[in-house]
Amino acid sequence: MSHPSKASEFLQDAAKAKWHDETLWFVRDKRDNISKTIPEWEELRELASQIKDNVLANLETYLVEFEKNAKANNIHVHWAKDAEEHNQMVLSILNEHRCKAIVKSKSILTEECHLNPFLEENGVEVVDTDLGERIVQFLNQPPSHIVLPAIHLKKRDISELFHEKLQTEKGNEDPAYLTHAARLHLREKFLGAKVAITGVNFGVAETGEFVVCTNEGNADMGVHLADIHIACMGVEKIIPRRKDLGVFLRLLARSATGQPITNYNSHFRSPAPGKEIHIVLVDNGRTDQLAREKFKNSLKCIRCGACMNTCPIYRRSGGYSYGSVVPGPIGSILSPGLDVKKYSTLPFASTLCGSCTDVCPVKINIHEQLYEWRQEITKAQGTNTKSISMKIANGIFAVPFAYKISGAMMRGALKILPDSITYSGLNTWGKQRDLPETPKETFKDWYKKNRT
Amino acid sequence: MPLNKKIALFIPCYVDQFYPNVGIATLELLEKLGCQVSYPMGQTCCGQPMANAGYERDTFGTTKHFLRTFLVYDYIVAPSGSCVLHIKDHAPSIPGMEREQESLRQKIFELTEFLTDVLKVENLKGYFPHKVGFHASCHGHRGLRLGSSSERNEPFYSKGKQLLEQLDGLEWVELTRTDECCGFGGTFAVTEEALSVQMGKDRLEDHLTHGIEILTGGDMSCIMHLEGIAKRNQQPLKFMHIAEILNQAIS
Repeated sequence: MSHPSKASEFLQDAAKAKWHDETLWFVRDKRDNISKTIPEWEELRELASQIKDNVLANLETYLVEFEKNAKANNIHVHWAKDAEEHNQMVLSILNEHRCKAIVKSKSILTEECHLNPFLEENGVEVVDTDLGERIVQFLNQPPSHIVLPAIHLKKRDISELFHEKLQTEKGNEDPAYLTHAARLHLREKFLGAKVAITGVNFGVAETGEFVVCTNEGNADMGVHLADIHIACMGVEKIIPRRKDLGVFLRLLARSATGQPITNYNSHFRSPAPGKEIHIVLVDNGRTDQLAREKFKNSLKCIRCGACMNTCPIYRRSGGYSYGSVVPGPIGSILSPGLDVKKYSTLPFASTLCGSCTDVCPVKINIHEQLYEWRQEITKAQGTNTKSISMKIANGIFAVPFAYKISGAMMRGALKILPDSITYSGLNTWGKQRDLPETPKETFKDWYKKNRT
Repeated sequence: MPLNKKIALFIPCYVDQFYPNVGIATLELLEKLGCQVSYPMGQTCCGQPMANAGYERDTFGTTKHFLRTFLVYDYIVAPSGSCVLHIKDHAPSIPGMEREQESLRQKIFELTEFLTDVLKVENLKGYFPHKVGFHASCHGHRGLRLGSSSERNEPFYSKGKQLLEQLDGLEWVELTRTDECCGFGGTFAVTEEALSVQMGKDRLEDHLTHGIEILTGGDMSCIMHLEGIAKRNQQPLKFMHIAEILNQAIS
């Protein structure tokens, strides 16, 4: 289904759509306020952008350095060229340890690889331990936002869900009460899991360590109670030095939620005695994107979600309207690289207002890439009625006389057509908007009479 | 002051066809400020509607025509940030004419930036006793940087406000969301009709709850969209292009 139809569906519930817009605007507002308390904010963004440019230009070197240092720290390093390889690797580690239940902290990469359904098909119980993720998991839904996975749900929805799944009191919508129930439920799962899976926010080439950022401490809880830690990491998550974290951690939490720092920034360097750490480095289309000159710097993304919170489209259409793992503006420039046909409407789900580009902590030129994807998508679509009308338009605008004639016809038609036709279903503009009144003469006509 | 410079007026196609008064106001305003302005009669469109729809490659003819029409002038001024941004950022490169295109990019200005940055207008004498809400159209605002963007940590500025505040009696009204998109977005207005209209309604509500009388801005495309929704819903708002306000006030 295309973005426009899903967006109009979302807007059917006007009150909820308004609430969604205002809730995310509140997050953006918090982000605006806190970013303005950092005088060097714009320099930080520039620095982060340059560090990531350097990483993308030398990705192979940094990855090899990372692998070498991680191995020296007794971490097992695995390479996966795509989602399937990634999933198989994770499963084989689980099989090796006869593990049938895992806990997982938030990882967009494992969403991208569809790890959960794969493991479940193979008889492994998967429990997402981030509260929002657990909620959407109960509902068999994917996250609708990369930082706030259940932002499309209201307290009442969660109260009903927890009543059904966790036997909480019917009608009790108190967030503290509901969170407490989730804690008790998750604690059992933490205690029972031999293997914990996490994502990775930053892999440090210089030291071979990696950093996982969570607000709930659920990654740490899972990892420290389990014998095996499997960390799944996209190859672009590498940074050269530990000190670069000083730039990224300052930007990440402020951009994501308006907090000064994420609650838990946990560094994993080597396994405790008797335990194992595995890291799976995943490509899954990233090197293809790296080869696309116009789109490669989409790989700078640190997954803060600020472009979603600021996007006037996302706020009013919700994460599911995109139909992609990563929704919102950044998703609309990443997804067409994976499947240009399936995601062909996404780069058009934008007014090119540029807010995403200005909010991005690593200065990805998101709206310019949306524009560039539009050019690629229409090329891939070949000749159709739209492409023909564009060629005609170019012919009209290249010749002043043709422009004059067609303009006169358009204006004339608007004057004589009855409202029932002008505002019929055929005219999408006129469904909820009046057309401008047709003036008696064009500017050109006026100019001829009055100035020449 | 570029009094003896050759200034060309570029009136975007939809302004020519639907909003001749905006063209007239722009012309008269520049004339009142001492400029010699001519309107090249052969002009058509900048090519933006096609390029933003994904057909930049089909705008060579339009781009070449635009270039030939305007190249001989010292300045090109247009009452639209969006069309100016297109010429600067998205007009396709014409083989063999790259130098001319670069020169055109340096010479083309959106109206308010031409007034504040080239003419350096600081002391308009005029009276306009109304509460005015300013719609910062995105392509001018973030594309041409006609004002500070709310996302960035930078000192506040607005070229539109800088001009409007020179008028006596005008009350500039602060909005809750100072620079959110109105949802016009060219073909977006039609392909994503439901979203486009909702965004427009939300912008209008911001202006209305702050009690403005007149909504103004630098791009008629956004204003056409907002006015279309307001009219359909019988909302009591007046819409004027900033050129119309300035021209009316100083006459």
